[in-house]
Amino acid sequence: MGKPRGIPYDRVRPREGGEDGGGVQRRDFLKTCTLAAASVGLPAWTAKVWAENAAKGLKPSVIWLHFQECTGCTESLLRTSHPKVAELILDLVSLDYCETLFAAAGYQAEEALHAAMEQNAGKYICVIEGSIPVKENGIYCKIGGRTALDIVNDVASKAGALIAIGACASWGGVASADPNPTGATGAPEVLKGKTVVTIPGCPANPYNFLGVALQYATFGTLPALDELGRPKFAYGRVIHEDCPRRPHFDAGRFVQQFGDEGHRLGYCLYKMGCKGPATHANCSLQRFGEVEAWPIGIGHPCVGCTEQSVLWKMPIHSTVEITRPTPPDVYPEIHGKQGKVGAVATGVAGLVGGALIGAGLMAAKKVAAEPEKEK
Amino acid sequence: MTVDRRTALKAMAGVGAAAAAGSAVSLEAREKRVAPPDALGMLYDATRCIGCKACVVACKDANNMPTDWDPQRLYDYPTDLNGKTKNIIKLYKEGETVSYVKRQCMHCIDPGCVGACMIGALQKRDHGVVTWDGDRCIGCRYCQIACPYEIPKFEWDKAVPKIVKCELCKDRKDKPFNPACCEVCPRQAVVFGKYSDLLEDAKRRLADAPDLYEPKIFGEHDGGGTQVLYLSKAGVPFEALGFPNLGEKPVPETAQKIQHGVYQGFITPAVLYVILGAVIWRNRKGQSAEEAKP
Amino acid sequence: MSAHLEATPVGGPILTRPFKWLLAVFGVGVLLLAWRFLAGLGATTALNDGYAWGIWIAFDVVTGTALGCGGYAVAILVYILNKGVYHPLVRPAILTSALGYSMAGFAIVVDVGRYWWIYRIPMRFWQWNLNSALLEVALCVMAYVIVLWLELSPAFMEKWKVEAPLPILKSLSTALHPVINKLMIFIVALGLLLPTMHQSSLGTVMLLAGHKLHALWNTPFIPLLFLISVIAMGYAVVVLEGSLASHFFKRERETEMLGRLSGVMVVVLSLYLVLRFADLIWRGALGAAFTSGWMSVFFWIETALSVAPLVMLASKAGRLDPVVQFRAALFMLLGGTLYRFNSYLIGFDPGEGISYFPSVPEMFITFGIVALEIMLYIVIVKRFPILAGAPKKA
Repeated sequence: MGKPRGIPYDRVRPREGGEDGGGVQRRDFLKTCTLAAASVGLPAWTAKVWAENAAKGLKPSVIWLHFQECTGCTESLLRTSHPKVAELILDLVSLDYCETLFAAAGYQAEEALHAAMEQNAGKYICVIEGSIPVKENGIYCKIGGRTALDIVNDVASKAGALIAIGACASWGGVASADPNPTGATGAPEVLKGKTVVTIPGCPANPYNFLGVALQYATFGTLPALDELGRPKFAYGRVIHEDCPRRPHFDAGRFVQQFGDEGHRLGYCLYKMGCKGPATHANCSLQRFGEVEAWPIGIGHPCVGCTEQSVLWKMPIHSTVEITRPTPPDVYPEIHGKQGKVGAVATGVAGLVGGALIGAGLMAAKKVAAEPEKEK
Repeated sequence: MTVDRRTALKAMAGVGAAAAAGSAVSLEAREKRVAPPDALGMLYDATRCIGCKACVVACKDANNMPTDWDPQRLYDYPTDLNGKTKNIIKLYKEGETVSYVKRQCMHCIDPGCVGACMIGALQKRDHGVVTWDGDRCIGCRYCQIACPYEIPKFEWDKAVPKIVKCELCKDRKDKPFNPACCEVCPRQAVVFGKYSDLLEDAKRRLADAPDLYEPKIFGEHDGGGTQVLYLSKAGVPFEALGFPNLGEKPVPETAQKIQHGVYQGFITPAVLYVILGAVIWRNRKGQSAEEAKP
Repeated sequence: MSAHLEATPVGGPILTRPFKWLLAVFGVGVLLLAWRFLAGLGATTALNDGYAWGIWIAFDVVTGTALGCGGYAVAILVYILNKGVYHPLVRPAILTSALGYSMAGFAIVVDVGRYWWIYRIPMRFWQWNLNSALLEVALCVMAYVIVLWLELSPAFMEKWKVEAPLPILKSLSTALHPVINKLMIFIVALGLLLPTMHQSSLGTVMLLAGHKLHALWNTPFIPLLFLISVIAMGYAVVVLEGSLASHFFKRERETEMLGRLSGVMVVVLSLYLVLRFADLIWRGALGAAFTSGWMSVFFWIETALSVAPLVMLASKAGRLDPVVQFRAALFMLLGGTLYRFNSYLIGFDPGEGISYFPSVPEMFITFGIVALEIMLYIVIVKRFPILAGAPKKA
């Protein structure tokens, strides 16, 4: 589309057909694309589409907004290096505004934002990271003199797709914890009426974000979302359903104390406060940090970081209610036991029955006696 | 004294003879019930079941059943069918012999519960499925006495109790009469379909692999036949899985033959009433004649 | 035929000490009933899915109605066999029956889980399952309760015609008394037909239990056996009630009449025992009477209790001895009660691992219902002309 690429990035990757030689680069690029497609759950043939689009310079614009956030979600995304998906995304999309990764700042940055919005109106992906304070007209977060509230409403108004990454952008996150002095709010609530894809998590699992972004980038569609805007492919099930420690739960093998024998053997962490049964996420399947790590895997109970009703609301080590109970790993007998013969009841029955029969037999004599007659 | 006893003897003989005649005459032929042409059913093959209990969870979900909590509130742990559980997997284990068995309503062709129910709350309705109507049921629990498989369960813990049992998912949202248990079984151990097809399928399985199975399809004739059929592993008789030895006689046959024998068309009671009235009237006339004497 | 002895109210205070004890028992029962209706059957009874019927059915309904067949048994004698000599026994027997059946009906409302639909049983005739023995029992019992109170109504109307607490009662009694008397033959005939039907069907009901009912009680002749035993029990109830009433209400004891009644009871009881054992032999089940463990024990206790009266009342002297009369009647009732308990509860085996014994609240609700029955008997007998044989004044 011949749009100027704007401010250069921190990381630059050799281009196809560049100094290192075309053929090898192209094969590597395609391989990486294929791996990337697999890791975000898109079919392998999308890799070809991406490679072709990239060659043609057809890249969707991405505007990344940062508000009340710790930048953990961005960092989480940048840690995806096997495959080099983060680099890939930077090749497949045009990251036209991103405060974390920009070399520039100040007026230059704001101009880039403005230009990107103008030129890609209605088509750019707006990514929101961090919560938006709403108290006192949103003065608790201001960038370039504008409140986060104003910025998000402005940028979102012309966006093609809205993605809220992380718990903060999805529902308020840590800033919204009691007493929430700034009125930290998630993007969906601020942008009422608009479709906002939320990728909750603290941090969000980057592959969940990548799956949505790449799908939109390739097909212009968004995946199926639940009532909170979370993509069902990632947030449709709770941790408890896919947890590798589930057989321990079903068999009643629990960790009772950190460091005990059960903990060493990898038993279920439910009694240590695991919020898996109440937490929608796919962490057990799509791990973190490029080393297949995830909290339960390293022996700490899930804290429910995707769920507004769990994280910052429930104490980490208190047990959560099981809302969809299933049978344990034991079987009922063919002939189940029912009823019992109570000791007290037997006693009462014996006493009363015996008394009545005894009294009856004895009463015969009394009753038989003729009443006093006048005669 | 002698007169009284003689009279009493005569009277008793009379009453006794009448009732005995009623009882004896009653054991006449009673029409044999067959499955309706559109009968639906299930076929459970114990040789295929792995005891995963997905059917137990699916049934609870599809029927919005409450949880039967264990004391720690971790699991749904019914120890038998009950007011919260319409379908269950039980385990039979004797030494090395192991078999699972799925238990739920058998949807009998001539059900005891239907014969029992005074007001037709339990009836064979669409597709021969035995269903319960809360608008009629008074909670007398005669159905629980009548069912040889101990299937209808009562909500003892409720002030407004229901009778609870499998109704072949007749009220399942968007998929009525599509049992969730069959839908979710990962090994097709329990399958759903037309009763006639399932019976054929069961016979075919027995013919194709006779060494695998006990040589009987439970429900083919038992108790007059059931629309839910069972196949058991070789070496695991059906009694071991908790099924009663019923023979082919339909469950309600004896009781109904007697009832109908005596009360058919209400003739016997009407005739008896007329006789009683006549005798009383004659005696009264005699009495007033006596009283009229000086 | 001897002259009718006139029935008169016993009179006297209602709130005697024994009455107050009964009131206390009833009070406890009422509280437990409230709990039963608020919390459900599971909270107050020991019933379970295996033993869905417990003492409220086996005792309050089945035995309660059997004990309420005094009226039926005496009516056979007086109205069918034309033995007018027993006429003074009719009213007290009908009162006992009316109260017994009413309390049994009340027990049913307490026992069923969805009692709010009970009115539909008699009303929605198009929904009736005519195959169900229990339907016939229910309809007959409902009709019989009405018949019994109609049969008894002259006792109330006789008093209210003369003096009534409300003027409307006086005018209604005056108007309806002759009407009822005219219709009495139809009412009495019904009062003889209905128990014949439902007392036998109470036996048929348990046949649907199939293999769950033990061979010692599981016979197609169960309706006949229930009918004959209930007639014998009816006479026993009359002997018992007659003896107790004449003692407590200081009436003349009708020893000779009760002796003759005992003689009738012996005949009926003999017939019952003959049929009972003939049935066992014919079905090849007599062996089971020796090889069934606890079932055998209960069978023989039931038999012993039924045979004892025969032995005790064998001689004329025995039949005329009031002590022997009373005890024999007691044994007869216990035997008949145990026969019903065996058929409904003890001989009923729903399967391995399932047991039942009534809970304490369950028992006390029954005690409360019985206490109510006795209290109502006392009140009615003291205020209305039921009992004959009032002590003559000098």
